[in-house]
Amino acid sequence: MSALLEVQGLQVAYGSILAVKDVSLTVNEGEIVTLIGSNGAGKSTTLRTISGLLKPKAGTITFNGERIDGKEGHEIVAKGLCQSPEGRRIFPRMSVRENLDLGAFLRTDKAAIEVDRERVLELFPRLRERIEQKGGTMSGGEQQMLAVARAMMGAPKLLLLDEPSMGLAPVLVDMIFETIVKIREQGITILLIEQNAAAALDVADRAYVLESGTIKMSGKASDLAKDEAVTKAYLGG
Amino acid sequence: MSILKRSKSATKAGAHATSQRKWAIGFLIAAVLIWVFYTYVMVHLPDGIQTVVQNWFPPTSLNEALVWVICALGLNIVVGYAGLLDLGFVAFWAIGGYSAGWFMSAFFTQVNFRVFTTAAKALPGIHISFWGVIFIGGLICAFFGIIIGAPTLRLKSDYLALVTLGFGEIIPQVFTNGSNIGGFNLTNGTQGISPVDNIGVPGKSLGPFDFSWKFFIFVFLTAFMVFISLRLRTGRLGRAWLAIREDELAASMMGVPLMRTKLSAYAVGAFSGGIGGVAFATHVNGVFADRFNFSISIILLAMVVLGGMGNVWGVMVGALLIAWINSTGLPAFGDLVNNTFHTTINFPSYNFLLFGGVLVLMMLFKREGLIPESRLKAILHESDDTSTNVGGSH
Repeated sequence: MSALLEVQGLQVAYGSILAVKDVSLTVNEGEIVTLIGSNGAGKSTTLRTISGLLKPKAGTITFNGERIDGKEGHEIVAKGLCQSPEGRRIFPRMSVRENLDLGAFLRTDKAAIEVDRERVLELFPRLRERIEQKGGTMSGGEQQMLAVARAMMGAPKLLLLDEPSMGLAPVLVDMIFETIVKIREQGITILLIEQNAAAALDVADRAYVLESGTIKMSGKASDLAKDEAVTKAYLGG
Repeated sequence: MSILKRSKSATKAGAHATSQRKWAIGFLIAAVLIWVFYTYVMVHLPDGIQTVVQNWFPPTSLNEALVWVICALGLNIVVGYAGLLDLGFVAFWAIGGYSAGWFMSAFFTQVNFRVFTTAAKALPGIHISFWGVIFIGGLICAFFGIIIGAPTLRLKSDYLALVTLGFGEIIPQVFTNGSNIGGFNLTNGTQGISPVDNIGVPGKSLGPFDFSWKFFIFVFLTAFMVFISLRLRTGRLGRAWLAIREDELAASMMGVPLMRTKLSAYAVGAFSGGIGGVAFATHVNGVFADRFNFSISIILLAMVVLGGMGNVWGVMVGALLIAWINSTGLPAFGDLVNNTFHTTINFPSYNFLLFGGVLVLMMLFKREGLIPESRLKAILHESDDTSTNVGGSH
């Protein structure tokens, strides 16, 4: 397995406040890797830096063998790193179809886009039922499906999922995590950021634990799920 | 219901092409009818009706209204499509006007440069054909749009509005005071530049009083703007604009290059302002710095908001309506009231009170405008009767 994404010694600051102090992580091709941690640990900041919305203060980010730190967001998307943002952020006044089209904004291969649309609608049949409905009129769970489907329309090599279970009913959380496994089966590598550590560790191959801007632990997800410190801090044990 | 929806979407592509042809034909028929009415029908009408038409719908105000439509459609691209508030659109109107002053008049007596012009050979100055100047004026405006946009578009909407407001104040001031820039007379100060050349069309040269022929030229320019607006909207760039209007951050996550996309909205909007400015200069036969004041920016914005932000037809109706009220409707109404009740109220001076009132009422009762864009209507009304709130995703 080769490293698809490699983050080395990442530091990110908001003004003079260091939100991410020392993050190094690797995502290999075909893996589901999860980054867990409590609220304010720096998970979203890390992810926003990887996707080019924030510029790192120090450290390097390498994607597919290429340095991407400091590049603009749209350049990074073009390389095949797509994300489903925290809080879903679908386009509320656009139909499901238009939302999906925007996910494929940078692609020009019409036939392949059509194939991918079929593929994500296969994955989320609910979206097919609502294809002409405005995104903003759907339920939270449906919006989350749309956000993931939209990111997949960018033909990602690596899919970043930022808190996909946030604010969803337990039955929908299960459904989202089942889908994440299905997405991996289609050959898409996934970096999953979650507060719901139990569910995340359940589907992931490997995991990193982020605490106040620093990676505190890492290892196989199944091992971490049994780890006493992790259980105590994140799994309510 | 769902079957109905699906079949609608299936025929979307085909219906799209025919609807484009349909509007063009409808638009042309309307223009021809109006022209036939003023040129041939009106002279045969009884005197009483002729006076009423002259008072309430004079043909001259029609051309000016079309200039407003052109500029409002340009502003609609910036405000309605891309969601960037611009409070200084008058600057582009002014720059377009001065392009006409510079490139189609005898103002620069130092040079004698002529391109496809119908201006008299003896006249010095730069004389470029109206059709060329339309293009040049548009490009200069687009250039200034990018100049002002590049450093400021990183700002969030409120601050951007402030910068554009300043731009709209500065540019007319430059023109007012530009009679002596290091000894060079660029703008002729408050006297302005007048007259400008006639519009050359095959076999004719349209001077300041050829209203009915110019009407067709302005109709053509308006149609051009409508065409551009509709085409851009359904294209890739239009989708990127809408995405930015909806959610800038999400748009950038989809790979929409924010700066480039916003700048292009600015440039296209400014280009239209330039076209309107050149057209207006030929309409009033000159360009005068004191005409370009802040109220023009606000009136244009009111046209876009009243008509329906983002909807081309709505903006056109809004622009025609407000332009008519401003130039004819309110004075004519004032005369009627004053003559009937023997009062001496100066109605036109209350136009901003009226606009202000109308805008407040619109915001209270019909926020999406007279002819709303389907998306806006959806968000302002449909969201009431579904269980989820639209804003929840932010």
